[in-house]
Amino acid sequence: MRRGSAVLPIFILITWILVLPVIALDSGNTDHQDTSNNTDTVYKGGSQNPDIPDFFVPPPPFSEGIFPCSGCHKEMKPNKQRRKLEMFHQDIELKHAGPQQWCLDCHNADDRDKLHLIDGRLIDFKESYLLCGQCHGTNFRDWKAGVHGKRTGEWNGKKLYRLCVHCHNPHQPRFKPLAPKPPPVRPEDIK
Amino acid sequence: MSKKIRNNPLGIKLNRRNFIKGSAMGLAASALPLTKKADASFLDVFFQKHFREMSKQEIQEVLDRFEKTYSEEYGKKVSVKATPAIPGVLFGYGLDLSRCIGCRRCVYACVGENNQSRDPQIHWITVLRFKNGEKWVDLENSESYYNPAEVPEPDHFYMPVQCQQCENPPCVRACPTQATWKEPDGIVVVDYNWCIGCRYCMAACPYGARHFNWSKPNIPPDELNPETHYLGNRPRYNGVVEKCTFCIQRTRAGKYPACVEVCPVGARKFGNLLDPASEIRYCIENKRVFRLKEDLNTYPKFYYFFAT
Amino acid sequence: MAEIIRNFFKALRQITIGDRKYYMWLAFLSFFIFVGLAAYVQQLNRGLIVTAMRDQVSWGLYISNFTFLVGVAAAAVVLVVPAYIYNFKPIKEIAILGEMLATTAVILCILFVMVDMGQPTRIWHLLPFVGAMNFPSSLLAWDVVVLSGYLVINLTIFLYALYKLSLGKEYSLQFIAPLIILSIPWAVGIHTVTAFLYNGLSARPFWNASILAPRFLASAFCSGPAIMLVLFQIIRKVSRIEIEDKAIFKIAELIAYAMCLNLFLFGAEVFKEFYSGSIHLAPMKYLFFGLHGKTSMVPWMWWSVILNITALILFLTPSTRKNFLTLNTACICMLMGIYIEKGMGVVVPGFVPTTLGEIYEYSPTNYEILITMGIWALGAFIYTLMLKFAIPVYTGELRFESKKNKTA
Repeated sequence: MRRGSAVLPIFILITWILVLPVIALDSGNTDHQDTSNNTDTVYKGGSQNPDIPDFFVPPPPFSEGIFPCSGCHKEMKPNKQRRKLEMFHQDIELKHAGPQQWCLDCHNADDRDKLHLIDGRLIDFKESYLLCGQCHGTNFRDWKAGVHGKRTGEWNGKKLYRLCVHCHNPHQPRFKPLAPKPPPVRPEDIK
Repeated sequence: MSKKIRNNPLGIKLNRRNFIKGSAMGLAASALPLTKKADASFLDVFFQKHFREMSKQEIQEVLDRFEKTYSEEYGKKVSVKATPAIPGVLFGYGLDLSRCIGCRRCVYACVGENNQSRDPQIHWITVLRFKNGEKWVDLENSESYYNPAEVPEPDHFYMPVQCQQCENPPCVRACPTQATWKEPDGIVVVDYNWCIGCRYCMAACPYGARHFNWSKPNIPPDELNPETHYLGNRPRYNGVVEKCTFCIQRTRAGKYPACVEVCPVGARKFGNLLDPASEIRYCIENKRVFRLKEDLNTYPKFYYFFAT
Repeated sequence: MAEIIRNFFKALRQITIGDRKYYMWLAFLSFFIFVGLAAYVQQLNRGLIVTAMRDQVSWGLYISNFTFLVGVAAAAVVLVVPAYIYNFKPIKEIAILGEMLATTAVILCILFVMVDMGQPTRIWHLLPFVGAMNFPSSLLAWDVVVLSGYLVINLTIFLYALYKLSLGKEYSLQFIAPLIILSIPWAVGIHTVTAFLYNGLSARPFWNASILAPRFLASAFCSGPAIMLVLFQIIRKVSRIEIEDKAIFKIAELIAYAMCLNLFLFGAEVFKEFYSGSIHLAPMKYLFFGLHGKTSMVPWMWWSVILNITALILFLTPSTRKNFLTLNTACICMLMGIYIEKGMGVVVPGFVPTTLGEIYEYSPTNYEILITMGIWALGAFIYTLMLKFAIPVYTGELRFESKKNKTA
């Protein structure tokens, strides 16, 4: 067996590991229709909360390979000290509600695969809207009504919702500017 | 003097009027010189009746004929439907001005979905840009040709304008041939085979929503959307007027319009005004909505609102 | 039957045989007609894209000419028709010329609308019964009704009068009087309906002003008679028809009054727009001062004002009114002034700024100009042929055969 034949699959694997988070991050941005319109991966949300209407959402837009978080965190002792992260997740710059926020306000230290609400209740990443809705009550209300955020599917039937985090990066929720599509041709140039 | 075209396209009877019409057509047909173009299909098109005067069977014949013509012309299977309005539905549209970033994704999604001519260019949606704090009621300070590297630009806001699907449409009143009318679900449509291209409707429209095919429309065959509706996105002729139909081919099949689905910020809302649980009703009842040029009493079914 | 055919050929010979000047004139007109026709064939093939009209300014030179000519058609009759009834002899004799002008003008109106249409072969959709005329809702449908009615009335009146004259008989006022009486309000009607066509559109504030219809009529009573004054002088020069100076001066006097009214109404509109200064001032501002640096209409409009005022002064002063040099200058000034004011000066500001505030400076292309010239040339052609037949009938040089004639 020649040596080169083993290098190729490893090279491909490494490329994918490097590229996928980029794709996933990109889709977490505003232009994300390709992933969210994929109804194969849709699941029905809101079953546990009578307040939440029946709708379909695509799975949360995790960076590839990052979930479950317990994969790494299981072995670590949680450090609940508010600090600047220096070992991991340095790529995450938190620009959400100014300096008073930090990771464990939303992420749960003891069960890393869950998020926690203010009252300590643990929720799934699939239900992150409950977490966002704690502060953004009016947007949450509009979202449930189908008015905040994007809807696709059927206006009178099966609607595809999106989680807040599909459009807003939870760590930097403000929309990034986009390049506009070209302006119309001026009438004097229509020939 | 004149006749009112029936609202129900079903069940045609041979009354005197149609008889006169038939014989008049026959006479004209025999008098028409047989040029190269004057084959059967040319005459069929020339003497095609008004859409709302056709019986169900006649409509089917026309649809079949167009499917054949378009499929040949564009080299792929094109379907032409005439799906009627869903009873109990009146379409309404909401546009959140506090969200729109002026990226024009809607403009081009519309062009792709609705088979507008690429050259000469026809856009059914015009996105206007205003400077914060400037007077904007006369729209004269708006700019539709803005082209920065990125949007939204600081100190500006954006307002897309398209057909407002008026309940009291001035264009329908103006049309001398009844080639444009309001459907039962509130969509104002054009029969491209009946329009004479006088452009009086364009003069009458307060929203610049009507567009004219100044020459033969040009759609690259590979970009043609083959799912078409007779009153909507089927390919048009030179010399006829066209306009937004709330994506009649999609919305009558239950889907959202293309502009709603493409909007990256979810600024566009759509639904049934007669359904209290619809998204559009929620907007009207809970948000500060306004309609463009309300002083003209056109009663648009297109609501601008501010979610924040 | 044989008699009718013989008379038909007699009439045909009358209009096809003439002197060298006649042929040269017709050849001159034919040149423009053919150029216009060639341009129109191009427009048919390529679409209205050959014009400068676009979605922003969707009507242009064609509809401007249509508007101007409706005025000519209306005024030509209103001025001369009372002559039949009240027997003002100097004008009565020339009334038929006015009706022929009106008929020609209506034909030109129809042609200008036809060349403006995107799908002219579908014109039958406009007809009642056969098509789907949107009557009474659409003002354009009203216009079709009143214009075709007007065409029929005028054709009937002057063909009947000519027919009778050609048989050497006086026409019966009993038959013609009701038609003439009808044609007066009808003439006012065609121009009012045309004004309402614009006036009824709340989308276009410049048109949506109640003063539009009165202004249309007032300016029509300037331009229509002014054309006739020039025509009368030409006709009496090239033919044996005698037209008294008295008739010409009388018409000039009427024009002066009409011009006063026209300028007054215009002033009333200018005052209202500029003094109140609402957002609806924009089109008016565009016409006279330009808007956002776009000024292509400004010189034209000021020329129109200068020409109109010059004409008014010349018409109003008795000495210049009764001098043919100044009178003709005044006529030309007025025709140019009104043609600008009421053609492009009415149509374009309806679209500038557009309903969404855009300013597109429309300026007609060569195609539009050639087609327009072609239609005008065709009008002159038709009118010439009409005159060629009517004048000898009128002077008694041409008489049809009939049994009575023979026995007499």
